[in-house]
Amino acid sequence: MTWVTRTALVVGLGFLYAPIVVLIGYSFNASPLVTVWGGFSTRWYATLLADAPLLASAWVSLEVAILASLIATLLGTLAALVLERQRRFRGRALFTGLVLGPIVMPEVMIGLSLLLMFIGIGLDRGMLTIVIAHATFCTGFVAVVVAARLRGLDRSLEEAAADLGAPPLRVLTTITLPLLAPAVIAGALLAFTLSLDDLVIASFVSGPGSTTLPMRLYSRVRLGVNPEINAASTLLVGLVSVVVLVSSWLTARRGGA
Amino acid sequence: MSGRSRFSFDRLIRLPPFVWLGAFFLLPFAITLKISLSEPATAIPPYLPVLDWRGGLDGWSSFLEALNLDNYATLYADPFYRDAALGSLGYAALASLILVAVGTPLAYALSRAPARWQPLLLALVIVPFWTSFLIRIYAWIAILKPEGLLNLVLLRLGLIARPLTILNTDAAVIIGLVYAYLPFMVLPLYAVMNRLDPTLRDAAADLGASPTRVFWSVTLPLSLPGIAAGAALCFIPMVGEFIIPDLLGSSETLMLGRVLWTEFFSNRDWPLASAVAVLILAIVIVPVVLFRDSLRVGEGTGEGR
Repeated sequence: MTWVTRTALVVGLGFLYAPIVVLIGYSFNASPLVTVWGGFSTRWYATLLADAPLLASAWVSLEVAILASLIATLLGTLAALVLERQRRFRGRALFTGLVLGPIVMPEVMIGLSLLLMFIGIGLDRGMLTIVIAHATFCTGFVAVVVAARLRGLDRSLEEAAADLGAPPLRVLTTITLPLLAPAVIAGALLAFTLSLDDLVIASFVSGPGSTTLPMRLYSRVRLGVNPEINAASTLLVGLVSVVVLVSSWLTARRGGA
Repeated sequence: MSGRSRFSFDRLIRLPPFVWLGAFFLLPFAITLKISLSEPATAIPPYLPVLDWRGGLDGWSSFLEALNLDNYATLYADPFYRDAALGSLGYAALASLILVAVGTPLAYALSRAPARWQPLLLALVIVPFWTSFLIRIYAWIAILKPEGLLNLVLLRLGLIARPLTILNTDAAVIIGLVYAYLPFMVLPLYAVMNRLDPTLRDAAADLGASPTRVFWSVTLPLSLPGIAAGAALCFIPMVGEFIIPDLLGSSETLMLGRVLWTEFFSNRDWPLASAVAVLILAIVIVPVVLFRDSLRVGEGTGEGR
């Protein structure tokens, strides 16, 4: 490595991490002011734990994320199997567009169009509508992750099983899915964090009483920097880092190549 | 027999994603398109016409006659919306250019790092991408505001005499966009650079080219597909961006995602909000179609690791 590439790495990663580090640092600042260091303190974490509305919305987010990522993982895995293993069928272009479309579609569009439909069919807005919306936009991400692994899979194992007389469902459940497991789990974790993080789509499709954590945080963030939010952010960053570490460990350990 | 069961099994696998995404992605979009051709009304739902299924053929024809392009005419004629469209394109284009300039050296450095360090370095680039978008943007408020960290440091160093106004300006929006989308730029670009044949670089070096020369005349030209993929991958979502202009921009920061939000939540003009949504889609579809193949390069390699 030359000093040029080393500098690029240090500066680039520094840029990516500086704001996160600043946030974590301020969450332990006893003073509520950004400019003053009032000493180390965990008082904002105590405030956070006593903040009932914030905790309630954290639960809503958690429940939504678990349900939505389960649905998205199921649908996304099936979609990946179709994209990788079913080369020709009528409507393949439409299918591909439906799966990958939500990945590039701006969130405001997904949120608005789903809300208009929910109202059109008279479905009350609440947790259910958020789960549906999140499962819809996460499916494509799961499909991409699983399809990437499927592409690198040795097909001869599946062919051998089929030659020995295993019906398609048996091949899928005993050969393909176990081999895919790390990617399916990684996809599920990605869906989980995407759902946990979403503000825009949830703001459109949620109803009274189903305020998610990002929605609650956003309404406070708009009022300015707040040490309690710094503490909440630090906890979220910690949670996500653990999820990413577990996910990359899973992918690496069981043959990420 | 076996061919037949294979056939129906394949269909069975296709069905759930097809039905779900058809119902919750395609159909809502069709409804949005329809409402964008309607007029706002003080009713529930707040637009006209509403299709009456029981009206039979007459119901359909009067429904279709009532649809019109008025909202799109408004978008075209009103300078507010034109500025918002141009603003979205401008911010997204400028941020994409900066991302290419910032992301290329970072991706190159990643691809040239020792092999045993690469998984860790790659994970370090991916973690912020997984970390809450809202929180990462919020963090910049504490840094950029007049009494924030950046001004504090610059004042202490004596580089400036008075605090700079960065928060709630265009500069803050661009910083936010570049920051939030840097992983989207770096990952596909790294994937392409990592796959380049190292013998090409060696050959150039053996023939006497300096490392700088090798980068400019071998690595960079061969990486152009990755640069294009990364730029498209960033440009597309940035056009519809809402959180960044809302938190870091000023009230005059016009971007389509934010205009849609305001039309919908504050002005309660659903048909116009729908028309803005269709306009965003129309803008976004161009790079999607242009870079279809190179986007696939990015998808296969980005989140998968």
